[in-house]
Order: sequence, then C-alpha cells, then structure tokens
Amino acid sequence: MEYSILAAGITMGLSAIGAGIGVGILGSKFIEGIARQPELAPFLQGRFFLMMGLTDAVPMIGVGLGMYMLFAI
Amino acid sequence: MAAKGIDYVVGAACSEPELTTNGYIQHHLTNLTYGKLPYDSEVWHCNEESQLWDMPTIIPADTWTFAHGASEAADMGFWAFNVDSIGWSVFLGALFLGLFKWAIPKNSDTPSGLQNFVEMCIEFVDDNVQSLFGATNNKLIAPLALTVFVWILFMNLMDLIPVDFIPEFAKYLGIEYFKVVPTTDPNVTLGMALAIFVLTIYYSIKIKGLKAFVAELTLHPFGKWLMPVNFVLEMVNFIAKPISLGLRLFGNLYAGEMIFILIALMLFFNSVLIGMLGIGLHLVWALFHILIVALQAFIFMALTIAYLAMAHETEEH
Repeated sequence: MEYSILAAGITMGLSAIGAGIGVGILGSKFIEGIARQPELAPFLQGRFFLMMGLTDAVPMIGVGLGMYMLFAI
Repeated sequence: MAAKGIDYVVGAACSEPELTTNGYIQHHLTNLTYGKLPYDSEVWHCNEESQLWDMPTIIPADTWTFAHGASEAADMGFWAFNVDSIGWSVFLGALFLGLFKWAIPKNSDTPSGLQNFVEMCIEFVDDNVQSLFGATNNKLIAPLALTVFVWILFMNLMDLIPVDFIPEFAKYLGIEYFKVVPTTDPNVTLGMALAIFVLTIYYSIKIKGLKAFVAELTLHPFGKWLMPVNFVLEMVNFIAKPISLGLRLFGNLYAGEMIFILIALMLFFNSVLIGMLGIGLHLVWALFHILIVALQAFIFMALTIAYLAMAHETEEH
C-alpha cells in the first residue's frame, strides 16, 4: 500500500514534468508562428489545441492511473 | 478479496460506516454492477438487531444479482455489467439522436438556439472530415464522426453536474452506487476504441485487399527477409492505437472527475469558510474542465477520422 502511494506520486510527478516541457515548447512555437505570420493565427490555434490535447493526454493518463493506484486498488 | 474501507469481520460493526474521505472516494468510484456471482463466493449479511456482521453465507449456485460493494463486483469477474455506465451512455446516445432528429426538420432561414447548435456541430464535423479524410468516397465516415463527437461530448458533459447530485438522488430511490459519467469507465472508452479498431481492420481489408493489408503489417520497415521483426514492430504500433485512443479519453475524464471528488472532500472540514472555498474551486475547475471535455471529444473524433483515413490509403509506402 505504501509503495503504491510512492508509485502514484512518481507517476504523476514525472508525467507532469514531461507534459510541462512539451506544452512549453508547443506554446513557444505557437507564439513564434503567430509573430511571424499573424494572418495564420486562427489556423494555428486549431492545430495548437489539437496537439496540446494530444500532449496533455499522456500525463492525464498518468494522473488517472496514479489516482487509480491510490484509491481503487 | 475485501474492499478497502469496509471491514468484513464476523462480529464487527456493520452499521453505516462512519463517513471517511477514503470511503467517500471509494463510493464515488464504484459502479452499479449487475452480474453473475459464482457459486462459492461469500455474501455478507448485516444483522438487523445487533448491527454486527453475521457469518457469511456461501452461495450454493451461480446467481445473477446486483453487487453490494466493490468486493462482490470483483468476485463477479467477467460476467459483470456496469449498469449505470450502460444506462447513461444509451440514454445520452438516444438524447443525441432525438435532439438532432427533432432539430433538423424545423429548417428555418433564421436558425435559433438548438438548430444553431446542431448546424454548428454538423458543419464543424464536416469541415474536419473534409480536411482529414480528403477525397475518398465513403458515406459512413461523416455520420460516424458526428456520432462519436456529439455522443462523447454529451457523456463528458455529465462530468460538469455536481458529483453528489445524481448519486444522492439515486440513493433515495434505493440505488447504492451510481456513477454518472460513462467516460470515466474504462470499459466504455476502450469499447468505443475497439469498435473503431474493428472498423479500421474491416476497411483496410475491404479497400486494400487482404494481401496488401498483410503486406503492410509484415513488409514495412526492413523488407521481406526480416518478416517476423517487421510483424512484431508493426503489431505494437497497430495495437497501441486503440489502447491509447481509449485510455486517453478515460484518463482525462477520470482525472477530472477525481479532482471534482477531491474538491468535494473539502466539505469534510465542517467549516463554512472552507466550504465556500470549495465552491469557488469547483467553479474554477469546472470552467477549466469545459476545455478538456470538448477537446477530448474533438480529439477522439479527429483520431477516428485519421485512423479510418489511414485504412483507406492505397498508395505504396
């Protein structure tokens, strides 16, 4: 039981780090893209949200599994 | 196998267990399960007079019944139906069909309210299908994408109903466990992903032919002399698609629901101030969660279209 708490913490923490870096890079490139070509902003926004959802999903799966380890097992 | 939170010990108190944080969370994560209890599983009975656990009875034959608690649901194993997930998803699917069917014929030139929403959904999905699917002629894809999008959106939106609202209401009707958001049940999301997976295989074989489909799985990265290696590599890729599709939706919604439950736990502090803070946090998280709710429905739809588009690609790599 104690180990599952530790495992859940590590799962959620590491996946948060990964997602943070990923979304950070994505956001900076998004702003860069808009700064270069402001007329592409609406087009880029849709793609940005799609990619952010995909990037964001992995840590969310991590959080989900972590919570599952904590409460459901 | 004993559930956490409840002590199944003969002679221990079995009255309504004191409401603990863990018990509260457990209660919110347990599905209303109907299934087959195998013949030698234990059923625990509460003695009405003394409020103590009696000796458990051993079930003499397989019985179909509702599970009382997570441990009985676990005993059921394979033959267990999560009645609440099935009920809510079927209900929301019927709601989607009814709503759209009802809104379409009232085709006025100045659309308002519901018709606006329906037309927006259809146009949005149509745009996406056009851009992701391209010229291939398949009349199933757009309706499928619309169904997937709106259905998942509706199921996800159930998350925004306060966590205790419907379960407490169900308690008055005598239903012990009641999970409201079908997409927080991995069976539902993985089931949908599996359906998409089967469709992908079907169209791959139908459009490309069995030979080309097998060739795609075995000849791809390294050529024909390393067929087993190719097969293993491609298989990992192939299987990972439906699993990640289902788990992505489940993980997002499960985590979101979990955070709502954890915020609701602030009421355990028995203080008005923290309760008010909890309401504020609920609002903030709900507003943020709307993004995830819509985004995940969109991503599931976009990936459905993309996977099916891949199944329709006929050119050689």
